[in-house]
Amino acid sequence: MSLLDYRLHEIHSKLHEKELSVSDLVDEVFRQIGEREEKVQAYLTLDEAGARAQAKLLDDKLVSGEARGLLFGLPAGLKDNIVTEGLRTTCASQFLSNFNPVYNATVVSKLNAAEAITIGKLNMDEFAMGGSNENSSFHPVRNPWNLERVPGGSSGGSAAAVAAGEAFFTLGSDTGGSIRQPASYCGVVGLKPTYGLVSRFGLVAFASSLDQIGPLTKNVEDSAYVLQSIAGYDPMDSTSAKVDIPDYISALSGDVSGLRIAVPKEYLGEGVDAEVKETVLNALKVLEGLGAVWEEVSLPHTEYAVATYYLLASSEASSNLARFDGVRYGQRADSGNLLDLYHESRSQGFGDEVKRRIMLGTYALSSGYYDAYYLKAQKVRTLIKQDFDQVFEKYDVIIGPTAPTTAFKLGAQVDDPLTMYLNDILTIPVSLAGVPAISVPCGFAGGMPVGMQIIGKAFDEQTVLRTAHAFEQHTDHHKRRPEL
Amino acid sequence: MSITTKDVQHVAKLARLNLTPQEEELFTGQLNAILQYAEKLKELDTDQVEATTHVLPLRNVMREDENRPSLPIEKVLLNAPDEEDGQFKVPAVLE
Repeated sequence: MSLLDYRLHEIHSKLHEKELSVSDLVDEVFRQIGEREEKVQAYLTLDEAGARAQAKLLDDKLVSGEARGLLFGLPAGLKDNIVTEGLRTTCASQFLSNFNPVYNATVVSKLNAAEAITIGKLNMDEFAMGGSNENSSFHPVRNPWNLERVPGGSSGGSAAAVAAGEAFFTLGSDTGGSIRQPASYCGVVGLKPTYGLVSRFGLVAFASSLDQIGPLTKNVEDSAYVLQSIAGYDPMDSTSAKVDIPDYISALSGDVSGLRIAVPKEYLGEGVDAEVKETVLNALKVLEGLGAVWEEVSLPHTEYAVATYYLLASSEASSNLARFDGVRYGQRADSGNLLDLYHESRSQGFGDEVKRRIMLGTYALSSGYYDAYYLKAQKVRTLIKQDFDQVFEKYDVIIGPTAPTTAFKLGAQVDDPLTMYLNDILTIPVSLAGVPAISVPCGFAGGMPVGMQIIGKAFDEQTVLRTAHAFEQHTDHHKRRPEL
Repeated sequence: MSITTKDVQHVAKLARLNLTPQEEELFTGQLNAILQYAEKLKELDTDQVEATTHVLPLRNVMREDENRPSLPIEKVLLNAPDEEDGQFKVPAVLE
């Protein structure tokens, strides 16, 4: 068992009892990376010197009794679309292959304040666009449970690193399921908080009304600690919510008696693998055994969510990615003409998936098509949100599978973007409604992990975490590790 | 409805992208498939439905109109592909 398999509070006990130093932890994470990274390829950039220097500073604090951070000494990896001052941030794009940010994202400042250690930047789909991590312009990430399979996307590196023991925890970003789906494929815990709970300042924007940063961890308890450290209002983010931050850690009571669970029939219907369905139904029985009650409900607009999402997200992406023009940073083509410089820089810097979505968004926003596509999608988003509002009038959480299948083989869907998009059919509605959801390991199908998605009311992460934690306390799925 | 290679060329121009003929063909097929799928939304009557642009009740965010420190010029230019005299340098627009 690696040191990194311990829970956060167990590590902290060992640190405070001097059984362990922060440098030991950092040594262990780089030992694991040395053994496994060649196979998994979760990282794009490692900062070993910086991590070791930070570990030494924290060890001094440990000696002097100043170690107080909630994430004290824990080695963390960050998805490479979260900017880190002086540490290369590429978004897995050739456009930003040499980009060194000059400031930290708010979540990075918060992790620093909580005394976590950033060890590197994690691979992803280019600009967070993808559901398999095959769209990285550097190299694909491989699923630690089966190296021939995808880890999921776009936070594939973030999920794979946790599964492979190459970080204590990581941060990812979720636009249509990009934390939850890779968490499900890699057998780890992935939490997408309510939109606005965690600052997006310093997250390279893909679709601004949907993007949200969240933790990927080995267990629910660690997820609560990380969320506690990164949540909160940020005046630097105009979409940050002014809400009180509750105590997520004390919410992990283990008690779900009387919890009212809704199970949408659309989440267990056509397209959902039979073994995945059975695994989730078995997980529901565990919660039922703990005193929760569940009933089937309907979220009738689920079938429209994927089309809605791709129109809205691509439209926002086409606008957000206009800033990549080769003038101030990133890829610049050699051109004697300014307009050619824009065209050539963007054509050389962006990969196919990014170009495809920029064009889809540009088309949906263009004169003559705006009402038919963009405005229509915004109206359908209202209907999808109303579906959730109605169910939450009667139920505490909604539960279903995180993804319709387990991780598929590398290359299996790469030429068929529409099929790839449909992998996110169970995570996208949640993103459109802006509510929180967690994916927790709930079993295996065909030897690959299956994730159960627990969805909550807006800003009710406590109930989501409590439910996930109670389930985890009575199962061992999250304790299994891939053999690498 | 279906989109043509000519539509793709037009959209690429709006999006400031140069496409090769092979890319134009590839994207025409793929965008057609995606947009045909998006036609599903027409099944829904949304005449009386308000659009949701944002899940939070956001208002325009204003701050006090007062001087605040900004990034120093040398930091701003740190990632510039080309710079001169404290400014980003681009090809001349006017002769």
